[in-house]
Amino acid sequence: MTRGGGAEQLVVPKARPDSYYGQPVIKVPIWGSPEVPGYLFLGGLAGASSLLAAFSQATGNRELARASKTGAAAAIGLSLGALVADLGRPLRFLNMLRVFKVTSPMSVGSWLLSAYGPAAAVAAGCALSGKLPRTGAAATATAATLGAGVATYTAALLTDTAIPAWHDAHRELPFVFAGSAASAAGGLGMLAVGQPAASQAIRFAVLGSAAELTAKRMLLRRLGDGARAYESGRPGTMMQAAEILTAAGLTGAVLAGRNRAAAAASGAALLAGSALTRFGVFFAGKVSACDPSYTVGPQRRRIQQG
Amino acid sequence: MSTGPGEAAIGLDPAAAAGYDSHPPRMGFFTDTSVCIGCKACEVACKEWNAVPEDGLLLTGMSYDNTASLNASTWRHVAFIEQIGPRPDDARADGPAPAPPADGAAAHEAAGGPRWLMSSDVCKHCTEAACLDVCPTGALMRTEFGTVVVQDDICNGCGYCVSACPFGVIARRESDGGAHKCTLCYDRIGDGLTPACAKACPTESIQFGEVDELRERAQRRVSELHERGESRARLYLEDPNDGIGGAGAFFLLLDEPEVYGFPPDPVVTTRDLPRMWRHVGAAAVGLAASAALACLGWRRGQS
Repeated sequence: MTRGGGAEQLVVPKARPDSYYGQPVIKVPIWGSPEVPGYLFLGGLAGASSLLAAFSQATGNRELARASKTGAAAAIGLSLGALVADLGRPLRFLNMLRVFKVTSPMSVGSWLLSAYGPAAAVAAGCALSGKLPRTGAAATATAATLGAGVATYTAALLTDTAIPAWHDAHRELPFVFAGSAASAAGGLGMLAVGQPAASQAIRFAVLGSAAELTAKRMLLRRLGDGARAYESGRPGTMMQAAEILTAAGLTGAVLAGRNRAAAAASGAALLAGSALTRFGVFFAGKVSACDPSYTVGPQRRRIQQG
Repeated sequence: MSTGPGEAAIGLDPAAAAGYDSHPPRMGFFTDTSVCIGCKACEVACKEWNAVPEDGLLLTGMSYDNTASLNASTWRHVAFIEQIGPRPDDARADGPAPAPPADGAAAHEAAGGPRWLMSSDVCKHCTEAACLDVCPTGALMRTEFGTVVVQDDICNGCGYCVSACPFGVIARRESDGGAHKCTLCYDRIGDGLTPACAKACPTESIQFGEVDELRERAQRRVSELHERGESRARLYLEDPNDGIGGAGAFFLLLDEPEVYGFPPDPVVTTRDLPRMWRHVGAAAVGLAASAALACLGWRRGQS
């Protein structure tokens, strides 16, 4: 290396450092596991179960409706506990209801849950006790309406962040989560009741798991290089296992749904697949936040492309 | 207190957009890293004035940087970048042709000799602040000075702001469970005082003032450096048309932003929120329709 205006050409240009000592540019999400990914799964299960319960009840399938309502109430009860436990200051959980902000999916979700939770609990209580049928019907309808939101808003919760693997998934993730929720709710119905009550659950599970598998494929194809976070390491293993379980559950539901044991096994596979999808998505976000290349790479390309 | 999605069109007056009818001028920082000497007086002054607790006493091995990054208990962070050996000249193509180096140090650097970059990082007090948008409790608020502060008595430690910040500034403190970050010394500037870090800076690398005036000062400084031959000097986050609507705390850098640990082209996440909600709505309708479809035509006794 000589001084004097850079007349000398270097044979091998030195690589430009593209990070500060490899440190993350953004903070890694501090949300805990299993609380938050567990909630993503249970909230989806609860919301979709409430929808299944309302429509199965409307068609006279009381057995499936009762099982789905019970499942929804239990899942949302666990969810609320997990969400409060994940706060840095759990005693202040009611501060979530100080304001309503559409710019904060967590604010929208808090209001949704505070209306949905009691409705799901009352619907289950009335179905199990057989008392207050009119109250039960109103609660069932309310839980179903809000349940559609509870099962899907969590996609906005994750994607409205600076975490590359989450934010960049914002087009497809709502559909992945909706499919995953239906797959889980159908799977729970297949586990809980036999034929003929289970046939509605099987159809819901088939629609949901097919949607989940399709939406995930579309997401990974569009992400291109950013799909690394979903395809490698621990999240990659989870997503692959989820794919296998969901595909197996879907196949079982289509081919062997009439057999009680096969239907139950398929339902369990669908529940496990749905849960693993949520854990995989959650940890892909953490992986993409730890590595500065996920943040810097796409932004640098955006600058270069003008 | 509900804000519109994305706060997209609020221009340069975030305080007015937040509902202050009459308010003082927007205040901010211009951090000129070309004169930073890495003394860390800003880090210390910030800690002392704001009573920020100790954040670990560690040796990182990252040059003289032993705080590593901004954090719940580190509101000013001085980065040290040791560049040894030649660097690519592509950045030089943007600026005017370098004038003949005026002194030995400039000649040395122009020839690709080692250089030691130092930069004091801080909360950017974004015009479009993601942390503020996503905060579900209203603990994060916009002040009359256009800055962004956490109200500690309201924050419940949900951690949403931590994942939303495109700069990795705000964080949750383990000891008290709440989110914390730079307040631009809200208590001092309300009394007409300069924030502690700027007050302590011995080289005026950290300059405090009205954002409009700081922008002009920054433009003059970067032109001056270009004339002197430092064509790699560039302003970072001063542009109101960038992905965060411009920052209240912006920088003069001597290399690409990512070299200092900054994102090169940050965009506030809430700009995409309307589309996120539309897709969530479509997914919710699809989910309800699937449940209806699954249940249609069912009769007792059928399987």
